[in-house]
Amino acid sequence: MVDPVIRSLPLSGSYGGSSAVRLEAAPPAERLSLRARPEDVAALSGALGLDLPVKPKTSASANGRMALWLGPDEWLVIGEEGAGLMQEATNSGVTHSAVDISHRNTAILVSGPGAAAAINTGCPQDLSLAVFPVGACSRTVFGKVEIVLLRTAVDAFRVEIWRSFSDYAFGLLSEGARDAAF
Amino acid sequence: MLLIHCPYCEEDRSELEFRWAGEAHIARPENIAAISDEEFAEYFFLRNNEKGLTYERWRHIHGCGRFFNAARDTVSDRFLMTYKAGLPKQALPETGASEKTVETYEATEGDAR
Ligand SMILES: [Zn+2]
Repeated sequence: MVDPVIRSLPLSGSYGGSSAVRLEAAPPAERLSLRARPEDVAALSGALGLDLPVKPKTSASANGRMALWLGPDEWLVIGEEGAGLMQEATNSGVTHSAVDISHRNTAILVSGPGAAAAINTGCPQDLSLAVFPVGACSRTVFGKVEIVLLRTAVDAFRVEIWRSFSDYAFGLLSEGARDAAF
Repeated sequence: MLLIHCPYCEEDRSELEFRWAGEAHIARPENIAAISDEEFAEYFFLRNNEKGLTYERWRHIHGCGRFFNAARDTVSDRFLMTYKAGLPKQALPETGASEKTVETYEATEGDAR
């Protein structure tokens, strides 16, 4: 008898955090790297059921999915597992590039009063609420690796990270979490 | 930390998010198959490598991913201006540092040992 193949997440079994910061591996998600021209944004927004943001550093959220502005013609769309984002983008009927990166990325949820301080351990961005409000997002760096950062609440962030870098990011965030608790 | 203004993100960001991408405003010859080796070398290999004011391409590689242009003083490492890719070479604003006001290594530290 053959054991069934069990899929494990890149960060399954990772634990970290401190009295000021909670670190958790995010549940699996569907993700699209989406590129499109300005004139096709409206059709793609309609097909995906949310308005793709066109202002730098902003995100949109509707119908159980999120779209993060990464660049003038680039978005990261995140939905629940099985959302069918790829098919929806195809249904838009307009020219675009959509790459399914659901398994390229994983995500770490960082929350608690020390969340911003923990992320600032390796991220140079100003995470004060005035400059990086709830809903703000940005591709940026965290230590030696690139991340996409989204502020989901006043004291909560989602760190999207390439799966092969996730151990490193989790480890550095754990150190930052301990520092933030001092 | 050096902050660089990205004209696409419309914000000052850490230099860690950027990467230098060579001299700006170098036009690819339209008749590239017909030009001489010397003309090709001039276009492809030879750069001015100015001391002082220089126009460069930069890329916000760990941000929005866009290439853009920057006027930078290579002596002080001060970014005088940035502007979107595709725009012609921009004149510096009047308040920008001129070559005379630039601090040089010799002027500030030349005799320091
Ligand atoms: Zn940018």
